[in-house]
Amino acid sequence: MPIQIIINLIIAVLWMFLFESYSFSTFFVGYLFGIGLLLLMERFIPDRFYFYRIWSICKLLFLFIKELIMANVQVVKLVYSPKLNMQPGIIAVPIEVRTNWEITMLANLITLTPGTLSVSVAPDNMHIYIHAMDAPDADEVIKEIKGTFEKAIMEVTR
Amino acid sequence: MLSLKEVVISIILLIGTFFLFSGALGIFRLPDVYTRLHAASKSATLGVAGILIAAFLYFIFEQQMVSGKLILGIIFILMTAPVSGHMISRAAYQKGVPLWEKTTRDDLEKKEHNKASTKG
Repeated sequence: MPIQIIINLIIAVLWMFLFESYSFSTFFVGYLFGIGLLLLMERFIPDRFYFYRIWSICKLLFLFIKELIMANVQVVKLVYSPKLNMQPGIIAVPIEVRTNWEITMLANLITLTPGTLSVSVAPDNMHIYIHAMDAPDADEVIKEIKGTFEKAIMEVTR
Repeated sequence: MLSLKEVVISIILLIGTFFLFSGALGIFRLPDVYTRLHAASKSATLGVAGILIAAFLYFIFEQQMVSGKLILGIIFILMTAPVSGHMISRAAYQKGVPLWEKTTRDDLEKKEHNKASTKG
């Protein structure tokens, strides 16, 4: 992936030299051309084209913001309801991500999603313990975490 | 005379303050540390982010200035608030702060218990 970014930068600088105008806008146009060229030559360069990864980072960011807003709506509902009728509990969720960076991202995402709060990570990195507002439907919580967040994070890092 | 820009900025500010207020009320109302942290970590994040976005829009509209500091503030709030929530809940659990009496399950307790029994 780093070599692709370097090729892209070189194309942009070449474009700037060919136009003899050293401004940011020319650089930007050159960079866009570089992206197009790399996309055309995708079969000849090693590794996956790096823009797919940037796209999945954007998707992860949107997921993050969407979940944050939904979590806040849920907290508001909970706080202004006259009776406290939730059934909280601590659930163990098995995780597949392994590196520290991925686990940190996952724990952050879990804390900012509706009804869940990460409490602890098991020492062997196999489980993450979350405090959920509605513990009885634990399977649904586990399925949601594994289906959406873990998948989105693995798309970025692998 | 209110312009459209001012209306938009005020609405975003009000939304941010509303979420902060609900978070504060949640800390006051909810029964134990862990449920309180639910309210504190989530609504503080979105509330502060909303207020910073409103300030950012104000600087763009009124002074034609893009303030990078405010964007950085939002990014760092998004990164650090969940970490602090995680650390507080973890410290509370390890200190043995009791869960609410209506708590239905506790997988972490079983785990700690198993570890203690295998050691002893």
